[in-house]
Amino acid sequence: MKKLTLMATTAFIAVAGMAQAQDVRIGIAAEPYPPFASPDAAGNWVGWEIEVIDAICTAAELDCVLTPTAWDGIIPALLSNRIDAIMASMSITADRLETIDFSDPYYNTPTVIVGQRDIDMDASPESLAGKVLGVQVSTIHQTYAQTYFEAETELRPYQTQDEANQDLAAGRIDATQADSLAMDDFLASDAGACCEVKGAVAADEDILGAGVGAGLRQGDDELREAINAGIATILEDGTYDEITARYFATSIYGN
Amino acid sequence: MLDWLYALWPGLEASVSLLALEPPGWGGNLLRGAWASLQIALGAFALGLVIGTFGALGKLHGGPVTRDLLSVYTVVVRAVPELILILILYYAGTDILNQALQAMGQRPVEISGVVAGIAVLGIVQGAYATEVLRGAIQSVPRGQHEAARAYGMGSVQTLRRVTFPAMLPLALPGLSNLWLIATKDTALLAIVGFAELTLETRQAAGSTRAYFTFFLAAGALYLMMTLLSGRIFGWIEARYRRGQVRQ
Amino acid sequence: MTRARLAQEILVPHRLVMIAVAIGLVVWAAMAMRWDWIPRYYDLALQGLWRTIWLLALSCLFGFMLAVPLGLAQAAGPRILAAPARAFCTVIRGTPILLQLWLIYYGVGSLFPQFPWVRESELWPYLRQAWPYALLALSLSFAGYEGEVMRGAFKSVPGGQLEAARSMGMGRFAIFRRIWFPQALQRALPTLGGETVLQLKATPLVATITVVDIYAVASRVRQDTFIIYEPLLLLAVIYMMIAGLLALMFKLLEHRFNRGMVG
Repeated sequence: MKKLTLMATTAFIAVAGMAQAQDVRIGIAAEPYPPFASPDAAGNWVGWEIEVIDAICTAAELDCVLTPTAWDGIIPALLSNRIDAIMASMSITADRLETIDFSDPYYNTPTVIVGQRDIDMDASPESLAGKVLGVQVSTIHQTYAQTYFEAETELRPYQTQDEANQDLAAGRIDATQADSLAMDDFLASDAGACCEVKGAVAADEDILGAGVGAGLRQGDDELREAINAGIATILEDGTYDEITARYFATSIYGN
Repeated sequence: MLDWLYALWPGLEASVSLLALEPPGWGGNLLRGAWASLQIALGAFALGLVIGTFGALGKLHGGPVTRDLLSVYTVVVRAVPELILILILYYAGTDILNQALQAMGQRPVEISGVVAGIAVLGIVQGAYATEVLRGAIQSVPRGQHEAARAYGMGSVQTLRRVTFPAMLPLALPGLSNLWLIATKDTALLAIVGFAELTLETRQAAGSTRAYFTFFLAAGALYLMMTLLSGRIFGWIEARYRRGQVRQ
Repeated sequence: MTRARLAQEILVPHRLVMIAVAIGLVVWAAMAMRWDWIPRYYDLALQGLWRTIWLLALSCLFGFMLAVPLGLAQAAGPRILAAPARAFCTVIRGTPILLQLWLIYYGVGSLFPQFPWVRESELWPYLRQAWPYALLALSLSFAGYEGEVMRGAFKSVPGGQLEAARSMGMGRFAIFRRIWFPQALQRALPTLGGETVLQLKATPLVATITVVDIYAVASRVRQDTFIIYEPLLLLAVIYMMIAGLLALMFKLLEHRFNRGMVG
């Protein structure tokens, strides 16, 4: 009887351990980033990226738990094991690859400069000289702007892209550099009537990255393969296109 | 009902509807955030009191090393901005916890925002509470302690029946100030991404672009909390000062 | 402190051991942790430090200048002045400064699109930048807290002194300038010192409205290099040094003000 109880307990713990091991905490940014991820009035997270995360997890048979984390500290949160993966529109860049691993990319869109309608500028460092450019902290846009624009342009670091857009609408900054899809959402809104897309920035794959992927701890190959498998599955069976069609006019996969 | 007011002030109706309690109004979110803020503040205040009691007793009756270590603790917490303390304690605290758990073979545990907020703010509150309680205990007239000794009361008994009741009215102004600091410091947790009133306000404002409306609403909620707390503390103080000479 | 007291306080065995342990920790930290980022960000750090210091100094100055009338109105003014002053101090002290900061910067900013003529006005270059709002919010916050302190200070000056001055024929302004204000200031000085340190602790929040102070520089170092603790630890040390300097400054001020006062 004792042996049976012991075996049953061990089996139970093993199963519970396995079940618990499948519980994957996906870190998303606590700051809204429409149309990819933003909270609605009921407090639920909605958006293209949220739906894709759900689809990938279902396809890879992972029990995913969305864990909103401050964008500023999302990589430290991954490294100190508070979350298991970052899926917060984080671009795959050489800098980040030194600290964390990435899954395959799941979307890739150009980076654009959006500026006030009445100011003449394009996305080159020369035309931005003497102007005020807003960027979100801890993003590839900030790194890119610091590398190419900082010499002649005043950079304003914002905690969220929303706040940068707000100041753009208020006229405090002349332009902002951000992901073209996120800016489409802003330009379509009332506040966005002030501004227009001025152009895409010159390419720099090291800084701007090769697309957006899921950030993972270095060496966490099992989770990486699982997520890659999930991404491949939803691309093949049309779930990806179905979700994209609900939010965007064209495919955003990139290559 | 308020149609005449809405007619007079264009835009007011839109703003009020944003604050509605049911979605698509964000009022429910704000109230949920306010409740989380209150929970964190209460927890942090209580934890601070516990740490403060031990700290005050340590500073008054402890050995020289204990006193010096406690001095370092209070000086550091009172000189370094709360924001930086929150960041250091949050990252270092969860790091140490997870490493300890991993060393024991356990899986890293997910600490909820409320618990982490309480722990971090509680440590900050503890330093201030140490000073407040120490000052209050020192202000209790020595004659009372001597009388208790003369009666043969043990130290725990003296603490419970003489020191604590005598110190409480002296500590109350400082403690009520500490409570206000606790409620307002919860706003700093928004920068670390914990869900409480200020973060909810920022998310609501960012999603709807009605920054003015939501920040004013959040300010009103905080003000209600502080005014109510002030009333409650005033009532407690009046009750404990019963029989004392009016100052 | 006299030499004898210094020796008595520091050269005690347990203190020496603790100082040795502290030095050991600092040396270990200097060698084991990563500090290679310091030369790269040195200039930026100095700029950030300067911004923190002048924001602190100016906001305390302007805040104090506003706090004196606020305190006076509450201590001796008619209802019509005392009530708004009281309300202002209550609101400022009852809401988090972060919220006040965001309300002033983003809240006001969200009103700009409705008034396009703002962009043509003289003030526009200042309304565009973030530091005027940071300075305004910090000054108003300081004024709210100090107004309460000055109210208590003005009330605590013994009425007898004011009456004596009146009976000697001094005008109201002369009484204020020569008797009431200096004595109130002397009583308020310890609290003011503490409040200035609290103001220092509020300055990092301006980084959230794009003012690049020393905390914002540390944040930038952290996100550029992904180093988690070292910038924060150095930042904590810097703030402790500034707080220490402030405490020293106020101690000297108190000494000077207490000359000639009884006990």
